[in-house]
Amino acid sequence: MTKRDLPALSIIELRDFLRRREISPGEALQALEDRINTVDPKIGAYLVHDLAAATAEAEKADVSLSLGGIPIAIKDLINVEGQQCTCGSRILRGYRAPYSATVIERLRAHGAIPFGRMNMDEFAMGSSTENSSAQVTRNPWDLSRVPGGSSGGSAAAIAADIAFGALGSDTGGSIRQPAALSGIVGFKPSYGRVSRFGLVAFASSLDQIGPLTKTVQDSALLMNAIAGHDSRDSTSLDGPVPDYAQNLGRDLKGIRIGLPKEYMIEGVDPVVKSAVMTAVKQLSSLGAEIAEVSLPHTDYAISVYYILATAEASANLARFDGVRYGHRAENVSSLFDHYARTRAEGFGAEVKRRIILGTYVLSSGYYDAYYLRAQKVRELIRQDFVRAFEKVEALVSPTSPTPAFKLGEKTTDPLQMYLADIFTNAANLAGICGISVPCGFAQSENGKKLPIGLQLLGKALDEARIFQIAHAYEQSTDWHKVRPGIESIVA
Amino acid sequence: MASELDVAYVAQLARLYLTADETKLFQKQLGDVLKYAEKLNEVNVEGVEAAAHAVPIFNVFRADEARDWFTAGQALSNAPRKANNLFIVTKVVE
Repeated sequence: MTKRDLPALSIIELRDFLRRREISPGEALQALEDRINTVDPKIGAYLVHDLAAATAEAEKADVSLSLGGIPIAIKDLINVEGQQCTCGSRILRGYRAPYSATVIERLRAHGAIPFGRMNMDEFAMGSSTENSSAQVTRNPWDLSRVPGGSSGGSAAAIAADIAFGALGSDTGGSIRQPAALSGIVGFKPSYGRVSRFGLVAFASSLDQIGPLTKTVQDSALLMNAIAGHDSRDSTSLDGPVPDYAQNLGRDLKGIRIGLPKEYMIEGVDPVVKSAVMTAVKQLSSLGAEIAEVSLPHTDYAISVYYILATAEASANLARFDGVRYGHRAENVSSLFDHYARTRAEGFGAEVKRRIILGTYVLSSGYYDAYYLRAQKVRELIRQDFVRAFEKVEALVSPTSPTPAFKLGEKTTDPLQMYLADIFTNAANLAGICGISVPCGFAQSENGKKLPIGLQLLGKALDEARIFQIAHAYEQSTDWHKVRPGIESIVA
Repeated sequence: MASELDVAYVAQLARLYLTADETKLFQKQLGDVLKYAEKLNEVNVEGVEAAAHAVPIFNVFRADEARDWFTAGQALSNAPRKANNLFIVTKVVE
């Protein structure tokens, strides 16, 4: 093990080195910084990172804590006091957070060091990170492709070994889908499990913060730090938080896993389908019972999602008015002109599109036809999952219908981009938890490996079980050990 | 239903200027999205309660106690314009 190899370690592995005092937190941070400087110019995952500030924290780090001295990369919509928080938007360029999110306080209480602001689709709206106003992020496996989104900077950094672990947010798949496309582990907690105080809101009935990591064990470790009730978030659930690592290593005997028949649709890449079916056989060989289940309202999830998410976004983004923070247009002629020009100058195309759609579905005369109807179908989708989870403990599916697509491939057709979330949206609508773990590779026309993700969904607050299943699967395969390799990135 | 979307009018409601090109493009793109969403009309939602969110918590209260929060300086730290510990805003009344 040389210093150069340190950034390839998992969180658990790094923790062992730190605890044995073989390296110091400052040395780990410097090794990470060196690799970021070599690799990230090709990837574009980091918007900014402040080595001096992190080093000051590293010098005081208590390595006996569960995350003592571990740097964690933060998606640029979670507030860390004193650091930028731009949400990938021009409208928040220059914004400095005056306070820290609860998840940041919790990470620090467990000894972790928030390090780096990760690129993302503007206000988390997108599935490719191409909607960032700041920069392009490339997929480390094939630099001509997207890393997924919206937490694409976080996912690409883990895949390229330029972060040990990261926090992202998942409103319709924004942790799981980039994890799948980048070949790493991404976890979306149940709604209410993790405090959102200090998370810039996109769609408040759907948003959750969660970890992106190299392994399932690392994911459980980060969840142990960030989960739990917070009186500063009124949607936060008040209940005991189990040790998410408690079931890791248990076998899958007696666990029933459902294969939703509606998820094996046309449009799923045959290589993805084949990798997922091979993974299902693997789960079965580990002792799980596989059963076909039905989620009858699956076909409506995308429509419901894009009505409700845009409606909520149009209301949440009304706060960006150029009065108290963020960009303000100059030389305005009236108050209307102030608002309309500030927002026209500050928001990018996808955000504008969603504000228009969301405002429309909430507007007089259309509220019942779109918004109210979508809320009712949402309830039917939620009930589908409740019924399915009476028969099985978990559901298995592809995370994304295809491997990573090319940069620019879907930017002109928003509906095609929305359909990239077809397997992930429903979990947010139903408030349940889910994970994406690597389950194989497709191959691009230029011979590059393109990761495929397996999604496991669990009922609300059954995170520990999902970690158990995901860990058992992961440890019985080698997919998580394959990395794109520094040579292919900086070649 | 999709044909009823008037992007220029909705943009006014949203306090958002759009260029003529944006208006035309969004009209087409959002028309496609709304057309896709028409499939929701197939669903029988009679007697179904609308779900605002997926968890059964309502009316969350906390003790009505004063808590420390931002100082004026912190609250103003990102203000586009400020003076005398106040936000300077665009003229609201004539």
